[in-house]
Amino acid sequence: MAFHKINVTINNEREQVVVPSNMTLMQMLRESVALTGTKNGCSAGECGACTVMLNGEPVNSCMVLAVECDGAKIVTVEGLAGDRQLDPIQEAIIAAGGVQCGFCTPGILISSRALLDRNPDPSEEEIREGLVGNLCRCTGYMRIVEAVKKAAEIKMAATGVAAD
Amino acid sequence: MAQASVENTSTPVGESTPRIDAREKVTGAAIYTDDLQFGNALLHARIKRSPHPHAFIKKIDVTKAKALPGVKAVVTGADFSGYIGLYLQDRFIFCRDRVRYVGDPVAGVAAISEEIAQKALDLIDVEYEVLPPVLDPEFGVSPAAPVLHPDLAQYVVAGFIFPEAGTNISNHFKLRKGDVDSAWDKCAAIIERSYRIPHIQHVPLEPHIAISKVDEKGEVTLWTSSQSPFAQRNLIAQSLGLSQSDMRVISPTVGGGFGGKAGVSMESLAVAIAMKVKGHPVKLRLTREEEFYTAFVRQGLVAHFKMGCDASGRLLAMENRFYWDGGAYTEYGVNIARAAGYSCTGPYEVPNVKGDSYCVYTNHPVGGPMRGFGMPEMHAGLEQCMDELALQIGMDAVEFRKLNCLKTDSILATGGRMHPIGLDQCIEKVAEAIEWGRKAPPSAPNKRRGKGMAAMWKAPAMPPNAGSSAWVELAEDGKVNVGVGGQDLGQGAFTISAQMAAATLGVPYESVRVAAPVDTRYSPYEWQTVASRLTWSMGNAVVNATKDVRRQVLDLVAEAWNETPEDLNIVNGVVISYKSEKEIPLKNLVIYGLPKPDGSGWNGGPILGRGNFMPNDVTGLDAETGQDEHGVVHYTTGVQAVELEVDLDTGQIEIIKGVAAFDVGKAINPDMVKAQMEGGLVQGLSSALFEHLKLKDGFVQNPSFVDYRIATSTDIPREMKSIIVEVPQADGPWGARGVGEHSMVATLPAIANAIYDAIGIRFDGPPFTAEKVYLAMLDAGIVK
Repeated sequence: MAFHKINVTINNEREQVVVPSNMTLMQMLRESVALTGTKNGCSAGECGACTVMLNGEPVNSCMVLAVECDGAKIVTVEGLAGDRQLDPIQEAIIAAGGVQCGFCTPGILISSRALLDRNPDPSEEEIREGLVGNLCRCTGYMRIVEAVKKAAEIKMAATGVAAD
Repeated sequence: MAQASVENTSTPVGESTPRIDAREKVTGAAIYTDDLQFGNALLHARIKRSPHPHAFIKKIDVTKAKALPGVKAVVTGADFSGYIGLYLQDRFIFCRDRVRYVGDPVAGVAAISEEIAQKALDLIDVEYEVLPPVLDPEFGVSPAAPVLHPDLAQYVVAGFIFPEAGTNISNHFKLRKGDVDSAWDKCAAIIERSYRIPHIQHVPLEPHIAISKVDEKGEVTLWTSSQSPFAQRNLIAQSLGLSQSDMRVISPTVGGGFGGKAGVSMESLAVAIAMKVKGHPVKLRLTREEEFYTAFVRQGLVAHFKMGCDASGRLLAMENRFYWDGGAYTEYGVNIARAAGYSCTGPYEVPNVKGDSYCVYTNHPVGGPMRGFGMPEMHAGLEQCMDELALQIGMDAVEFRKLNCLKTDSILATGGRMHPIGLDQCIEKVAEAIEWGRKAPPSAPNKRRGKGMAAMWKAPAMPPNAGSSAWVELAEDGKVNVGVGGQDLGQGAFTISAQMAAATLGVPYESVRVAAPVDTRYSPYEWQTVASRLTWSMGNAVVNATKDVRRQVLDLVAEAWNETPEDLNIVNGVVISYKSEKEIPLKNLVIYGLPKPDGSGWNGGPILGRGNFMPNDVTGLDAETGQDEHGVVHYTTGVQAVELEVDLDTGQIEIIKGVAAFDVGKAINPDMVKAQMEGGLVQGLSSALFEHLKLKDGFVQNPSFVDYRIATSTDIPREMKSIIVEVPQADGPWGARGVGEHSMVATLPAIANAIYDAIGIRFDGPPFTAEKVYLAMLDAGIVK
């Protein structure tokens, strides 16, 4: 097995990690740098629990090889919050009651944040479509959709963009 | 001064306080079992599984596997001779002489990596003698079927389970009330229907995982995602010949259970392997594929209903037969058959009942508890029959249900009387919310619209003496730590524990934390986190433990102030006297006590409260008739309705609106109660429209998320409305009873009834996939 030394920026921290060729980004995050907030629900790119932001795009980290991430910027659930301040989507999902067992939550938060980054004012339909790759067995999704709507309002209020 | 504090008081019970664990769950800080770090001593386990649904094991050769570098242990059934099981001890940890389903564990390997362990599996040679399988429960009860458990008569079994030795029937529950045979003549309408409810899977997002370590003394630690740390301690220790106190189970945050992580399933495998590599933690993690066919599945059901009513619509008789496809081992499933048996009338008063519920061994995956515990499967057919019977007698389905539904003091199918119940309120409120009787036009010309309703009931299915306990202590800052042994699966058990403790003691909700993770060495005993029993049972234990603290505090202060406890109260964490208007914060007395009034020393000491709860009036049910005064602790009842559209071009069903009302006695946290209703409705919707574990010759054909589809964010109703009805439970904390499982029970029949309303077609079983609906419409001539 060949090993590779890669440089990555994870949650604004620069890291140098040695990874075997067959290691996935999910394994690297969970096992090499012990960021266990990213969850392993299927290892097959089907459930979305391992979703992280890779260079600004949400990806299933179980479907990406770690070695491909040399030079990349990665944001995991641990990187969403500031030092003391939660991200609006984190605040909103708590307030909406959109968390139950919490296992899908990290992936949902990353997908939601990515959705809001590319579409600051999504319609309900767009939110539902945006979360279709993240399975949740507990909540019935409604409160999660509500949370994304609310987070969009909070963000727009903060940036001075008028919500319609 | 004291008066002012009282005015600021509000009780957190009945408030929608935020989840106690929300912040750690949204920041990635919550620790789940697979997140625990064990360092380099960690070994990885994989399981060699049966490729046959039914076969004798002739020979197992592990020599080559043991010789593979990196392999530390290979175990087989020869190493562990003890049976294991919750209600019926019918399985070995590893198969010994026979395999009974595809996936049955035959050997286990521990190695320094998962890859090596997996490679070692291929080096294990197993010689089988293939046997004919049982693949259908009705065939399973026939004399032609091979007997899968010839030793059934020798198995240890709970007193309320009735196996029939020499057959594949591991439990036969009988209900005999009134005289069914002579009642049919008095019926003005009779319906006879049969349904097949397929196996489905729980699909928690977190797959099963267990890590076990055995130390040099032989003491065992098991870290696992579990609904049942205490039951696992008990059952695994028993099976392996250990003392229960030498076994410690630690259960971190659970990533969803739905019943699948109750009792014992794969956890015993990890422990058994760890016994052969002392000092090394051994991790076993099911793949998603294994999760689908080797973890518990929801049993399949073949159900036959016959029921009739008189000309006024009053139900006169029911004769129901259920054949549960219990799978290879029915150690837990036997009680599902029992629960469905004593609940077989649904939430209706029926004077003449004959019910037979059979749990049948088959060569299918192991059936186990899943949200609803037999009720979703049973109500799926029953509640469609109700609609059909109403139609036949010419009554509106809502009026028919209102007429027949259980009211306070109604006679139950088991002979006792119904406790105070708000089911008729639930029916009315749901009918109003779904605008029953008003037909809205479809949204497009190629669509048909319909509405459907279904009612349900469910009792906690458990031994008569399933107990709960709790402790409560306080820290130097006066804040409260509540110890419970029940698990938070996402349903909010920790949050409501904190609410109840805060309300009982008189402190703010924010001052209470719950001691997690559950650890059988430090946490108080809890039977299992199942049966929607925690809010009620564990809640009572928490209240009792907190009352114990409160009594100790008030006695101590009363003595110090030379007052009586009756004049004192605790408000916002401060003990106050209504008489002297003195006050003292809890933090000033809960650890160090208080000086005696005469200065001769100190009273009190660290305050520690304890409490427990166990029902003491459950009588069991007669073996021949299923009759008795108080067979279960209580029933939670409720109603769901949906409005949907069927697409005539595709057969696709869209649920437009979902409405639910449940009589929860008292909503301790209304928002979380509603969250259960929504999540359950969507899980029920998913089971109605998509889910089906496809079994062919004993093999699961679709063990992945691609082939086994569950509801996504795009499948949910456009609108959901959840209604709380509160008719208090006499022995519940603040009157509360459970609702976690109930919320998916009526969804499927409500959808089936709405499909009938839309297109006039009924199916003999779910899922109502677009393909199935379209082909049925083609057959019926609705589309061409």
